[in-house]
Amino acid sequence: MSEWETVIGLEIHAQLATRSKIFSGSSTAYGAPPNAQANLVDLGYPGVLPVLNAEAVRMAVKFGLAIDATVARHSVFARKNYFYPDLPKGYQISQYELPIVAHGKLEIVLDDGAKKVIGITRAHLEEDAGKSLHEGLPGASGIDLNRAGTPLLEIVSEPDLRSAREAVAYMKKLHTLVRYLEICDGNMQEGSFRCDANVSVRRKGETKFGTRAEIKNLNSFRFVEKAINYEVERQIDILESGGKVIQETRLYDPDKGETRSMRTKEEANDYRYFPDPDLLPLKLDDAFIEEVRTSLPELPDQKAARFTSQYGLSAYDAGVLTSSRELAAYYEDVVRQVPEDPKLAANWVMGELAAALNKEGLEITESRISSGALAGLLKRIRDNTISGKIAKDVFEAMWSSGRDADALIEEKGLRQITDTAAIEKVIDEVMAKNPGQLAEYRSGKDKLFGFFVGQVMKATQGKANPAQVNELLKKKLAG
Amino acid sequence: MALTREQIESIAHLARLQLQESEIPVYQQSLSSILDFVSQLDRAETQGVEPMAHPLPGLAQRLRPDVVTERDAHERYQANAPQVEAGLYLVPKVIE
Repeated sequence: MSEWETVIGLEIHAQLATRSKIFSGSSTAYGAPPNAQANLVDLGYPGVLPVLNAEAVRMAVKFGLAIDATVARHSVFARKNYFYPDLPKGYQISQYELPIVAHGKLEIVLDDGAKKVIGITRAHLEEDAGKSLHEGLPGASGIDLNRAGTPLLEIVSEPDLRSAREAVAYMKKLHTLVRYLEICDGNMQEGSFRCDANVSVRRKGETKFGTRAEIKNLNSFRFVEKAINYEVERQIDILESGGKVIQETRLYDPDKGETRSMRTKEEANDYRYFPDPDLLPLKLDDAFIEEVRTSLPELPDQKAARFTSQYGLSAYDAGVLTSSRELAAYYEDVVRQVPEDPKLAANWVMGELAAALNKEGLEITESRISSGALAGLLKRIRDNTISGKIAKDVFEAMWSSGRDADALIEEKGLRQITDTAAIEKVIDEVMAKNPGQLAEYRSGKDKLFGFFVGQVMKATQGKANPAQVNELLKKKLAG
Repeated sequence: MALTREQIESIAHLARLQLQESEIPVYQQSLSSILDFVSQLDRAETQGVEPMAHPLPGLAQRLRPDVVTERDAHERYQANAPQVEAGLYLVPKVIE
């Protein structure tokens, strides 16, 4: 048992899914040619004024209500001053003392199934910076300001997380939530959802926090886990050998699997925030906030709770099936068509279907088998037309051909044999062909039962109803 | 309020200004006197006064609808830039 305790807080930057930028009418679409979406306001030309995007405000409020936070009736934009070429104004417009959202919380499920509430200190609106490209330009950096001014919601957690696994669980939960709310597309490869992790360690029982390092720009769940684990070990090594952790910003290098120092915080951290004179305080009234509240969809936790009570699913299954709104909708479509067996539907969606999607890297919305087609297959299992085992073959054929279950069952002659007389006939043949095994079985070698089941299934190409085979075999073998 | 030499150096660094040795005492003196002037405000009674984020009391931020109104005009804007390449603004290299 380690004598060290890990303390982690996450800052998550979620790009809000608005059409235009937070303070200008430039498009936020991803992948445009460099600077095609960087206009006067984004470029920081003198004399321009920022005008706040109503939709960005609405999205922030939506988030605040979904995490049970206080939505500020009065919030203020501030300038965060620093010089970097991807931010041409010389400051980032952000919120400092009075953010739009404060004191929220999110419940996560730990590896052992226990639940833990993670505090969310605040979530504030700000503008994203542009991108600097350093490769292929000798002595120069190339600046693309398309991203500059894209609305961000920076979501800051309390230092409540105690392991890399908890941090990942929290991040995944937030990722699910922002997609449910349709305020962020969650595309981590494109940088729509990124994470900075504040990591420190302290001796167990210690109440003061240790000195923290901030790991920047983690853009996958896997990197978050690996970077934090590396950083925790690095800090423990330093402390155990009598050294001191310095407060600094570190970058995670995924190729080497390590973090390295970027700059020391003392030098860079003097941002000299002050209220932005170009923007008036943002005031929201109760009517607006209530209107946003009524627009909230069923949230992931609510949906999972409903899945357990309405469909009799385990908490784990309900959690998996509600991990995205699209997956939950697919599942419910299937259940609507096979309402007598929600558990069967859950097993197939989480089993065969998830595996097939995973293998090809497809999203549920890109599934080669529609919810209607899967329901068609499940109906044939339910009415004993095919066995569960044959159904897996049919599923594969459906996946590769795009055809429906009934057509494939008919064409390949996969209909299950449920006719007692027909099964008995096959059993008789199998017994006649294997007199030796029969004698052994009858002299007490019970294990051979499986052999006979196998032979009967083989003779019927797996089509005999397994339950009937078991029952009839038992009778016949007994003599 | 007397600013130290180190404070002047730090302010200059944050503002990316390169000061001559001889300028440091000059700024020390002039910035300190600006602070002294402003510090008269410290004597004002502010108990019960709500902090202002803006000199226009009672007004609130206006919002614009989420509509794309700007078109691609990067060629026009880049005519002002000292150096561009493949649509990128070029600046002195910012990382090692």
